[in-house]
Amino acid sequence: MPAARLSCRHLFGIEPLSIEELELILDTAKSFQKVHEQPLKKLATLRGKTVLLAFFEASTRTMTSFSLAAQRLGADVIPFVSSGSSVSKGESLTDTLLTLEALKPDGLVLRHAASGSPEFVARHLKIPVINAGDGLHEHPTQALLDALTIRDHKARLTGLKVAIVGDVQHSRVARSNVHLLAKFGSQVTLCGPPSWLPPFFASLAPNVRLSHRLDEALTDADVVMALRVQSERRAGDIFPVDEYAREFQLTRSRLKRAKPDAIIMHPGPMNRGLEIDSEVADGTQSVVLEQVTNGLAVRMALLFLLLGSTHAAD
Amino acid sequence: MLLIKGGRVIDPASKLDDGRDILIADGRISAIEKKIEKVGAEIFDASGMVVAPGFLDLHVHLREPGGEGAESIATGTRAAAAGGFTAVCSMPNTQPVNDNAAVTASILSRARETGVVTVYPVGAASSGSAGEELSSIAAMKRAGIVAVSDDGRPIANARLMRGVMEYCRTLGLPVIDHCEEPSLFGEGVMHEGAHSTRLGLRGIPAACEEIPVARNCILARETGAHIHLAHLSTCGALESVRLAKQRGVRVTCEVTPHHFTLMDEDIRDYRTCYKMNPPLRGREDRDALLEGIADGTVDAIATDHAPHHPVAKEVEFDLAPFGVIGLETALGLALDRLVHTGKISLTRLVELFSTHPAKILGLDRGKIQVAATADLTLFDPAREWTYRVEQSESKSRNSPFDGWKFRGAPMATIVAGKIIYQRK
Repeated sequence: MPAARLSCRHLFGIEPLSIEELELILDTAKSFQKVHEQPLKKLATLRGKTVLLAFFEASTRTMTSFSLAAQRLGADVIPFVSSGSSVSKGESLTDTLLTLEALKPDGLVLRHAASGSPEFVARHLKIPVINAGDGLHEHPTQALLDALTIRDHKARLTGLKVAIVGDVQHSRVARSNVHLLAKFGSQVTLCGPPSWLPPFFASLAPNVRLSHRLDEALTDADVVMALRVQSERRAGDIFPVDEYAREFQLTRSRLKRAKPDAIIMHPGPMNRGLEIDSEVADGTQSVVLEQVTNGLAVRMALLFLLLGSTHAAD
Repeated sequence: MLLIKGGRVIDPASKLDDGRDILIADGRISAIEKKIEKVGAEIFDASGMVVAPGFLDLHVHLREPGGEGAESIATGTRAAAAGGFTAVCSMPNTQPVNDNAAVTASILSRARETGVVTVYPVGAASSGSAGEELSSIAAMKRAGIVAVSDDGRPIANARLMRGVMEYCRTLGLPVIDHCEEPSLFGEGVMHEGAHSTRLGLRGIPAACEEIPVARNCILARETGAHIHLAHLSTCGALESVRLAKQRGVRVTCEVTPHHFTLMDEDIRDYRTCYKMNPPLRGREDRDALLEGIADGTVDAIATDHAPHHPVAKEVEFDLAPFGVIGLETALGLALDRLVHTGKISLTRLVELFSTHPAKILGLDRGKIQVAATADLTLFDPAREWTYRVEQSESKSRNSPFDGWKFRGAPMATIVAGKIIYQRK
């Protein structure tokens, strides 16, 4: 049974959420999926509300998705993009956000390079905070849109075999997905070279396996997720990218080990020819573009649940 | 004249643990007897209290000169007094760095003017603590340093460390090292393990400390120098120390109260009062520290009192400076976690806070005897109290122990015969 409402007024990550809360978000998102197919796509649900989008890390996709989600619900958005850290400009994150809060938004969507910044910021602000990706910690809306996509194809989130391949160590997407899929009782195999997959990931959640061999990880998988090799964050990284492409790239021949109806996912943006072969990215099993569309529905659902009138009343 | 009556005097140096009155005149202990009556003497009723030789904290950052926004010699030594310490070692990572006799002299002069407890400056091992060439260690020794260390900027270069040890052996100074291998430290902000993985915070592996600990033990054996290893935090570090001690290497070490109390799993809500270096380690490391304190591998308890201005600390976890304040909670934590749990005796506690720190620095203190300077720490092992960081004597507020209840409290701190702190 889905929960009637979310117990926390913020969304910090997947880890603190219950299965019932996750179901509520996914069911709500499901109902919003249809909106995109209508000729008139705008609802009035959050009319009069204002959503502050504060992105301290470059991210066109997530920003666009949240912005459109808010607008489709009838809300106004204040976009605030700051490439470098605010500290380099002499202003602290709290001062920046307190200034923006003075513009009286009803909620904050935060993307920041420091893990835990949503929790930190929420201690200083009065409005709900939605995590749009914090450092290496979590990217909850990504895991939710992935879950919605998986559920659309597999009709369940339980008992699936999911392989997540790539730079797991530096991936908040992987962490959020592990928490979500483990809660529903799916078995996640994390795969990558040891430099990118430390042994501690085995204790991140129940039913998590680690593998340093792609063939092993892909065997009988229902879902295969490639992570982006983050070339922009590779300072100090000792594992060579060309070695990775040879040993861990998702190719059609390697994917023969997965179930024939396995779906192939990628959080984007893709490095074609690095973590994923173009043939796979564009192939019939790829659901990459559905993920993007579902991102909209999931973000609408969260904005609705956290900023909608029922929750604002208390 | 001050007469301390009815206390339980514990002095490990003379193996005394019994009821004694202590008479102090002209800043020195003039008599230690079962019953002393002295007309005209001010009487301090110490019944229910332990009277110990004055505590010495081997590892304190007083931030003066240069960091007075976070702490000063005046406020830091007041916090020390409130914690039961009669003396502190001040680390050299000030601005300017204490790497020459002029800075040492100015610290000592400020300490005489504004400090309430004795300040023993530690000099920088390398010039500017830059890790390249030796500082003017002999001149600083004449000016009053008691040890050298590049604390805060660990000595990565083994050749330099060997040079520091060789030189300090001839000068009779201990070398204090903050053991940290920079290439493994990287951009780490907490202990590397399951919890850093879950929190998405970059990890500092145990090996980052354990490699230089082993290196330092090897170099101390080769040079014959006395190496004192600061704030050890891992199981493997203590194993190396244990082995080196068995082989007769002149190695001593200290552990902080936050490391023997807290673990990486205690880090809550990304609160920066849990961010320090070395980081809070895993449960097995914390347990190993408790064991090392009980079995004698650990020589001293030191706080690594590291004040930071609230504005500097109230930022994202990644950006916050490392360090917590600890002078006022050290004794409470030690009594709670070590004595009341039956891990160590009160005598051992006094050794860890007083007798051994004095011995490590080769100072003639840390004992209760006639004619000795009357530096005494009086504490009540049963007194219950709650730590409120907003009432701290320190200028800073970066403590993970705010609101903690303790059994056992410092009651009075006496420096050179003067009561400089008394619990209300």
